[in-house]
Amino acid sequence: MIAAPAYDLEKVRADFPILSEEVRGQRIAYLDNAASSQKPRAVLDAVDHVYETGYANIHRGVHVLSERATEHYERSRRRMAKFIGAQSAEEVIFVRGTTEGLNLVASSLGRYALREGDEVLLTGMEHHSNIVPWQMVADLTGAKVLAAPVTDRGELDMDGFAALLSDRTRIVSVVHVSNALGTVNPVDEIARLAKDRGAYLVLDGAQAAPHLKLDVQELGCDFYCLSGHKMYGPSGIGVLWGKKRLLEAIPPYQGGGEMIRTVSFERTTYAEPPAKFEAGTPNIAGPVGLAAAADYLDDLGIPEVAEHEARVREYAESRLSEIPGLRVVGTAREKAAVVSFVVDGVHPHDLGTVLDQEGVAVRTGHHCTQPLMERFGVPATARASFGLYNTEAEVDRLAAGLRTALEVFRP
Amino acid sequence: MNDALRDLYREVILDHSRRPRNYGAMDAANRQSDGFNPLCGDRLRLFLLVEDGAVRQASFVGDGCAISTASASLLTEATRGLPEEEALELVENFRGMVAGESEPDGESLGKLTVFAGVRDYPTRVKCATLAWHTLRAAIEQSGETVKTE
Repeated sequence: MIAAPAYDLEKVRADFPILSEEVRGQRIAYLDNAASSQKPRAVLDAVDHVYETGYANIHRGVHVLSERATEHYERSRRRMAKFIGAQSAEEVIFVRGTTEGLNLVASSLGRYALREGDEVLLTGMEHHSNIVPWQMVADLTGAKVLAAPVTDRGELDMDGFAALLSDRTRIVSVVHVSNALGTVNPVDEIARLAKDRGAYLVLDGAQAAPHLKLDVQELGCDFYCLSGHKMYGPSGIGVLWGKKRLLEAIPPYQGGGEMIRTVSFERTTYAEPPAKFEAGTPNIAGPVGLAAAADYLDDLGIPEVAEHEARVREYAESRLSEIPGLRVVGTAREKAAVVSFVVDGVHPHDLGTVLDQEGVAVRTGHHCTQPLMERFGVPATARASFGLYNTEAEVDRLAAGLRTALEVFRP
Repeated sequence: MNDALRDLYREVILDHSRRPRNYGAMDAANRQSDGFNPLCGDRLRLFLLVEDGAVRQASFVGDGCAISTASASLLTEATRGLPEEEALELVENFRGMVAGESEPDGESLGKLTVFAGVRDYPTRVKCATLAWHTLRAAIEQSGETVKTE
């Protein structure tokens, strides 16, 4: 029996203007959502609305446009606090994206918590943005960065993870959902193990936010980062959530306007969070677009979105398994909407070019996860990643494009 | 395969990508350089035997897409016997062609004009030029031929 669709897919697709774009005479089949997702009309309109009716610098003007802009901005902060289940809006810091959020945490929490000989525990499936910032602060503090092993299925090896935890572990930083494989990590168990050792837990939620209903308090982490552009919001805006007492305790990240209370050449005092972490004029319209994206997702229902995406992904896995010489990389039991694969005798880059000719957009490369590619012994993979608007017909076009590629490259 | 794809993946390119020529390390090599494209993970190592200011022999090993493999393979054929200065000129002519800065010139580039189609694929230009940048590094590392101006 075919389950009833979670929502009206045609109606949803009509909300996204770019999906009507034609590429080489065909509608685009956009299967690169893990890199960045497309934007619904509601998000585009929300951003325009700020610029058209209430734009000025925030938090400083006494005039009406500044008041309106400030209200737009702070209302969006409250909306995002609700979206992720934060206790209060003060715990929501607007950042450029997950990369900036992780850099902020690594720098500020790192300087606060790490001493020589301390350890930061990551996993072998981290994005470079959850590796390099920790290496940078480790260089500064004399701490060590460790990585927990990944199994052949692309799951976190929990025994290996537990074995690397020790009393020296001060910070654990883990990707919630892997961008390269789609693996959903068991963050509840990770949180329990980290807490047992008294370590801070940071979660990279860039790939989780568009697929999983979030409740940061229930997750048991101390910091959580997400990117707006991966959850149908604008690019250049994201959220760092932190527990209030930790945001108060750790030092600021960037210095400048807005983040201070008083400045003198003798002594400067800092503002309370969130202002403490938002130096300079921020992205003012971005948060409004992000809040609109949160509304859009919640209106459809994230569980319904996840259900639809799971159906498309499972269909893709079954269609792709029919292609000779194709191997899916990452077969975790808990997976989000990603299918990463390699094809014998055809380099992912060439696959990507052939698919592009067919109007099918996928990502090829190492997905900013070079250690993970090394783990699986591949220089790169092709990755199809699905969003709330993708269809099984688009998966058929992916499969057809792959067969064309085989005709070209296999003699 | 449509016409646009056929323009990119010319038969010569497909042939060299499936059966790369001069593939393998060279014991007699006196120059060697590594190329890496961090964008896509393509890697190659180029070996040269340079005698009396000319490339006597070239070979390579590596892992890359069809464009980068074929480009390296054709490079090893095209540079054989070339004086170093001419090999460097060839690097520049090849780069100019695939970047779309100059028209494909059969006289200076010969068979290498099969890569002219790459100019229509901006994201693939680096695949085509990787081996050639590596060649330049291998030649210039001597510090004799090139840096004597």
